[in-house]
Amino acid sequence: MRFVLALLAVLGATPALAVLPHEMLADPAQEARARAISQELRCLVCQNQPIDDSNAPLAADLRRLVRERITAGDSDDAVLRYVTQRYGDYVLLKPPVREDTFVLWYGPFAILALALAGAAVYVRRRRPDAAAAPAPLSEDEEARLAALVGEKDRP
Amino acid sequence: MKRLLFLLPLALFAVLAGYFYAGLQRDPAEIPSALIDKPVPEFALAPVAGVGKPGLSTATLKGDVSLVNVFASWCPPCRVEHPLLVRLSRESDVPIYGLNYKDKAEDARRWLAELGNPYRAIGWDFENRVAIDFGVYGAPETFVIDRKGTIRHRHVGAITPDLLDKTLLPLVQKLRAEP
Repeated sequence: MRFVLALLAVLGATPALAVLPHEMLADPAQEARARAISQELRCLVCQNQPIDDSNAPLAADLRRLVRERITAGDSDDAVLRYVTQRYGDYVLLKPPVREDTFVLWYGPFAILALALAGAAVYVRRRRPDAAAAPAPLSEDEEARLAALVGEKDRP
Repeated sequence: MKRLLFLLPLALFAVLAGYFYAGLQRDPAEIPSALIDKPVPEFALAPVAGVGKPGLSTATLKGDVSLVNVFASWCPPCRVEHPLLVRLSRESDVPIYGLNYKDKAEDARRWLAELGNPYRAIGWDFENRVAIDFGVYGAPETFVIDRKGTIRHRHVGAITPDLLDKTLLPLVQKLRAEP
């Protein structure tokens, strides 16, 4: 029984949230937007963790900032712009699609296309095509062939 | 020509490897500042109580080339770089301003009393409002501001004598020569 209870406690446990109750906005819709934005923003202290998950003091300050901007009436894009103006595109966990990031976003597809094209050329080269097939035998050759075959059949 | 085509994948690999090698040389903790060549943010910060130096605002940073140093009493590298700043404030006329980052006024006051105060003015940013506007993500950080109040350089981490002599001071001289 005790084991079952312990198991239930372990399985029922949810991961601890970095967002503290006093940070949350009263309006659930606004709070949901803040959470979504916070998932997009990189914590600059513990890099590669979104500020939503991070316990670093700077992440808490940025979470507060995001919520302040939302309460001030900023759109989601405006909030993200507000933060990138200060910390650069680096704070975005998902880099923006722009001319200077085209290589990053589309490079893998370009390489895939290149590989497929290479494979297609290779396969096509290996297939024997009509031009490479030997020309039909001339009359002379037919006669010689018949003679040779006949020779073999002779006892 | 056809032979050379076989070298194409190798060439592509070499280019990629070059990029990755260059990427490995970078320090991932050093984040490029988004604020280089941008004007300093609009702000006005109260002084640290009991230090006897004025607070810091945007207006303070216009008129002369200056250094803005983000510091906190709780930050060990700040303690390391501090003697350099104190010496610089005695030996040169470059104005150094302090941005006291997430620090209790009492702690900052005691810290400056112990280590010396190189700052002409100090803004007390207990709540990390102005530092965020500067794109600060830790202490210490040092900014070089030109006459017009534009951020021209940012250094993350403690200042070293080498950095001071080879980068910061030459830059200050160069910026002072600008109109």
